[in-house]
Amino acid sequence: MADTWWWPYVMIIVAGWIATDIWRWIGVFAGGKLREDGELLIWVRSVATALVAGVISKLILFPTGVLEVTPMWLRILAGVGGFIAYMLLGKRVIVGVLTGEVILIGGWLLLGL
Amino acid sequence: MVSLPAVILMAAFIGYAGLARGSGLTLTETLVMAGLVWALPSIVVLTGAISTGLGIVPAAIAVALASVRLMPMTMAMMPMVRVPGKTKTWQLLYISHFVAVTAWVYAMHNLPKLPRDARLPFFAGFSSSLTFCVTCVTGAAYLLLDDLPKPVAGGLFILTPIYFVCSLWGASKLSSDKAAMVIGILLGPFFYLYFPGLDLLWTGLVGGTLAYLGTRFQRRGLS
Repeated sequence: MADTWWWPYVMIIVAGWIATDIWRWIGVFAGGKLREDGELLIWVRSVATALVAGVISKLILFPTGVLEVTPMWLRILAGVGGFIAYMLLGKRVIVGVLTGEVILIGGWLLLGL
Repeated sequence: MVSLPAVILMAAFIGYAGLARGSGLTLTETLVMAGLVWALPSIVVLTGAISTGLGIVPAAIAVALASVRLMPMTMAMMPMVRVPGKTKTWQLLYISHFVAVTAWVYAMHNLPKLPRDARLPFFAGFSSSLTFCVTCVTGAAYLLLDDLPKPVAGGLFILTPIYFVCSLWGASKLSSDKAAMVIGILLGPFFYLYFPGLDLLWTGLVGGTLAYLGTRFQRRGLS
């Protein structure tokens, strides 16, 4: 079943579209009734944030594709450097992203990969 | 249309197109996922799930956990766009599909400047065209990526995690959010190596609960 052409679309519709939009639909209907500072919601947000953070470190430590040829320390340096620049230079995402890019591509060219 | 949210999203989705190709997704799958899911964390989690052959139930749970933040964001926006007695529920359900971090931040900044009647039509037009443009750019990036020099392609790959690190930190208002982010980054590789498959769920549940309990103790003591 997992090898058929339509299986990824079932995954996208059920595990992607519905699993994501269900929260948006609940948000519409709850419309402010659930308190945003409620303890249950704080815990759920923590779980979701930790999960997405896990995605971040997986992408940097265990990448697929062209990034596989880069040394792990360079990818970590790009991530950490980008975040430090974001924090120090006015919390602008674009600054963090550009700094990380300069570190990665600069290191890539210097190492002659 | 050439606004900062558009530029950031296009750049992030160009980076995602590289991830999608690297993970073995077809062009059509990538485009359907971008337009239909429209939340980059969910899309990245789902891409990982499809490429590793994860079952549909654990994949749906992982994606639902990654997108749970969309619920309070949607809730916070509803009072701003709703015209009591006039706005239809289906209109709110339609625009809710476009609630994602970048567009939401833009909406919360700019919608209050508009008259109440104009807010929903404005957001519907802004976010629909934003999603359409970004999806087109994603498709172009997917097709062109072969011709890019390797350092540039690598730079686009690294864009997604760096964009997430910065915008996730920017979106976290509570100390528990920030603690969860730090703990999740540290626990993610551990669970990936020792509990592959369900590692993201474990990272979320264990890391999130630790962050919640730690900051709750800090906030309220043992009560």
